[in-house]
Amino acid sequence: MEELDGEPAVTVIPGVNSKKNQMCFDWGPGEMLVCETSFSKKEKSEMVPSCPFIYIIRKDVDVYSQILRKLFNESHGIFLGLQRIDEELTGKSRKSQLVRVSKNYRSVIRACMEEMHQVAITAKDPASGRQFSSQVSILSAMELIWNLCEILFIEVAPVTILVLQGRLDEARQMLSKEADASPASAGICRIMGDLMRTMPILSPGNTQTLTELELKWQHWHEECERYLQDSTFATNPHLESLLKIMLGDEAALLEQKELLSNWYHFLVTRLLYSNPTVKPIDLHYYAQSSLDLFLGGESSPEPLDNILLAAFEFDIHQVIKECSIALSNWWFVAHLTDLLDHCKLLQSHNLYFGSNMREFLLLEYASGLFAHPSLWQLGVDYFDYCPKLGRVSLELHIERIPLNTEQKALKVLRICEQRQMTEQVRSICKILAMKAVRNNRLGSALSWSIRAKDAAFATLVSDRFLRDYCERGCFSDLDLIDNLGPAMMLSDRLTFLGKYREFHRMYGEKRFADAASLLLSLMTSRIAPRSFWMTLLTDALPLLEQKQVIFSAEQTYELMRCLEDLTSRRPVRGESDIQQLQDEDIETTKVEMLRLALARNLARAIIREGSLEGS
Amino acid sequence: MEEIYAKFVSQKISKTRWRPLPPGSLQTAETFATGSWDNEENYVSLWSIGDFGNLDSDGGFEGDHQLLCDIRHHGDVMDLQFFDQERIVTASSTGCVTVFLHHPNNQTLSVNQQWTTAHYHAGPGSPSYSSAPCTGVVCNNPEIVTVGEDGRINLFRADHKEAVRTIDNADSSTLHAVTFLRTPEILTVNSIGQLKIWDFRQQGNEPSQILSLTGDRVPLHCVDRHPNQQHVVATGGQDGMLSIWDVRQGTMPVSLLKAHEAEMWEVHFHPSNPDHLFTCSEDGSLWHWDASTDVPEKSSLFHQGGRSSTFLSHSISNQANVHQSVISSWLSNDPAKDRIEITSLLPSRSLSVNSLDVLGPCLVCGTDAEAIYVTRHLFS
Repeated sequence: MEELDGEPAVTVIPGVNSKKNQMCFDWGPGEMLVCETSFSKKEKSEMVPSCPFIYIIRKDVDVYSQILRKLFNESHGIFLGLQRIDEELTGKSRKSQLVRVSKNYRSVIRACMEEMHQVAITAKDPASGRQFSSQVSILSAMELIWNLCEILFIEVAPVTILVLQGRLDEARQMLSKEADASPASAGICRIMGDLMRTMPILSPGNTQTLTELELKWQHWHEECERYLQDSTFATNPHLESLLKIMLGDEAALLEQKELLSNWYHFLVTRLLYSNPTVKPIDLHYYAQSSLDLFLGGESSPEPLDNILLAAFEFDIHQVIKECSIALSNWWFVAHLTDLLDHCKLLQSHNLYFGSNMREFLLLEYASGLFAHPSLWQLGVDYFDYCPKLGRVSLELHIERIPLNTEQKALKVLRICEQRQMTEQVRSICKILAMKAVRNNRLGSALSWSIRAKDAAFATLVSDRFLRDYCERGCFSDLDLIDNLGPAMMLSDRLTFLGKYREFHRMYGEKRFADAASLLLSLMTSRIAPRSFWMTLLTDALPLLEQKQVIFSAEQTYELMRCLEDLTSRRPVRGESDIQQLQDEDIETTKVEMLRLALARNLARAIIREGSLEGS
Repeated sequence: MEEIYAKFVSQKISKTRWRPLPPGSLQTAETFATGSWDNEENYVSLWSIGDFGNLDSDGGFEGDHQLLCDIRHHGDVMDLQFFDQERIVTASSTGCVTVFLHHPNNQTLSVNQQWTTAHYHAGPGSPSYSSAPCTGVVCNNPEIVTVGEDGRINLFRADHKEAVRTIDNADSSTLHAVTFLRTPEILTVNSIGQLKIWDFRQQGNEPSQILSLTGDRVPLHCVDRHPNQQHVVATGGQDGMLSIWDVRQGTMPVSLLKAHEAEMWEVHFHPSNPDHLFTCSEDGSLWHWDASTDVPEKSSLFHQGGRSSTFLSHSISNQANVHQSVISSWLSNDPAKDRIEITSLLPSRSLSVNSLDVLGPCLVCGTDAEAIYVTRHLFS
């Protein structure tokens, strides 16, 4: 078991008296449920009245922030774009694409920061104003770390020149104004101005080599030194301290501590004026010493400082680890790690669960999104790009999304179908179909079973229709049954329902011969459920009683066979009550009527078939 | 096509609608309403794209839309329509139909009228009362027609407390959308692929006409009527197919056009240029269909902005007697002459585009990626 990196925070739950009663809890995907039990801590068996509430505790409150939501949504688009960058691209074009992605992420962070800053300023109560301000500083820290990582790890210029140029041009302009104001110091102001102007810097378009630059800088530095030795600026202490700063004198820099808001500005300025062509690998020496010098033993490093130090040491894993601890939301580390992984900078660092760090962080982030009622749709895409455990996680999460409208269900189903998650499709459709059946929406139930290709459920729905028909004597929802189309083939029962309705239609249209053969085929092909045979035979009665002969002899034999089949299998009933006796009576009457009708029809059919045509 | 402006709004948008312009007005569209869904608290919001007369601090340009006001809405906003200049009707997933009133002087929205049990499975009197989501609403001042997952059709009149007419169990499946044909007639589409025409002048509870697709009974999600020819109707289905129907002719669609890869959520004829049709879908794309029979030069204009432009010819089902005199290019059966040009309007694929609306040269759409896109130059 790893050591704890810090003391766990204690959260007090209002209304719960944890001294008296024991609490119980359960973990959810992103939240925890806590409530007070009625078991008292002491061994007394009295039931103490306890707090009646169940509490939901969330660690990740960021996901509920209105402004941060925009961050999640915009970065989701960038994330997808990154995943889709052609794997074939290598070398410069790939790197430039990756840099562009990194810059996109940063601009999104900055936009979010600005908006939050606006809200912080215009906040009505100071508490929320402070909260927003702290959010702003967290975001700005994130942007800084990201920027640093981009420079150090992603962009990796051949020489890392820290481009904080100290705005020397502007300084010069101010100096010239001062020179105009007091002509006495005009001379030294001019010299200072010249020095500032001639400081060699590496600008992006410059084609100097590193050595050239170093030589020029060395020369310039010596010139500054000479001025200091000559005490040219002795008359003006302000200009003299400026000169010392430009020479990279640490003491002079530290005197201006208030102007340098934090230690990394100090680091940058210091390096700019003492060693502008520093190599990346040497940075961390300067970083550590800058931090120590700046803090001067007064305060201890903050979490952000540790992160930056780790970045300067090129220890990516440490950076990510520190960020994970410092920030409450996985957004930052997940996206940064993913980007660094695309730059092929992370060695596979296998964790206990068998997945690598990038995947672990993405899974955590996506699971956090799924805990939110609305952001789950973003989470789906993140799971897609976790090769080992993504699919399994998605399968588990997606079944647990509450579906209160059909439209939401359709979206979830579409997600499942696009990923060939047939099990989930089936289970979701079954739930929806059951709900529909309970609400007596048989058409909806059928449409869900068609979507899931669920023959068993289609059978259930058809049975409901048939039962309704038997009870009411007519079909409900004719608009559905009449228009089943190819869906009829989904289940035998459904086919039977459709055909049976067709039989009724044909009868209504007086197409008796067609109706008769359809009826017969329904019975002989055995798609009619046994329980329905009596109804079918009874439906045959009016056809048998018609003036013209409809059923041929052959068909009549078939019908008789069916009838015998049906009656022979009837279980022998023992003693029964009046109602059952009455039912039996009706049954026997029906059977007798049928037998009579069939016999009569047979007779007529034989005669007709035996006679010559036309006679 | 000029730029399309996107803004992330921290809520998934289910519906967007332009506020209608006063008749005879020469202005372009300025205000639109949106409804959100799937949040713990959903909102109906009004936005404006009008110039504010000054560039604000972050240099907001003319296309950027600003929130005017919003109001809490119980349940998902399943459908939203402007009843008139000030009133908005919404359909909720709680089965409630609400009329909101906008007060322009202090920029607020308030609830004007509400029918809370418009849609339900088991009635309010029964012990197992459960509400059903109301899925579609359409207005024709002073009437409001709503349909829901309970298969019920309600006819409301503004300022009447009870429904004027209710057709219970009008459909055994879910009714997804409704539109007016001629004034006493409405057309509904359901989840077993049928269009039903209902005539409120008739007393019974049966539709006066049923049309359906041949083949698979794919659920239909949206419907829109041609602005000038009231017998031409377009529907969009779960398989992303766009169908054009002539309700006077037979029971099958006139054209079937393979369109999106997933559910088509909305289809709209352009109200003043009906040769242009717009569809949006779960697959994250928004398409502009141009069936105007202009000269081919026009094709070059549409290659900018859109990501892809494809030419599709009609596939016509067997309709023997289509009148040649029908002017609508959607119904014409000359495949060689009428090629429809399709342009995708969004710059990149996103999550589902749930809703769109067009008015004049302006288009607005809302997505599940919590973004609203607006363009003011559709036809440039």
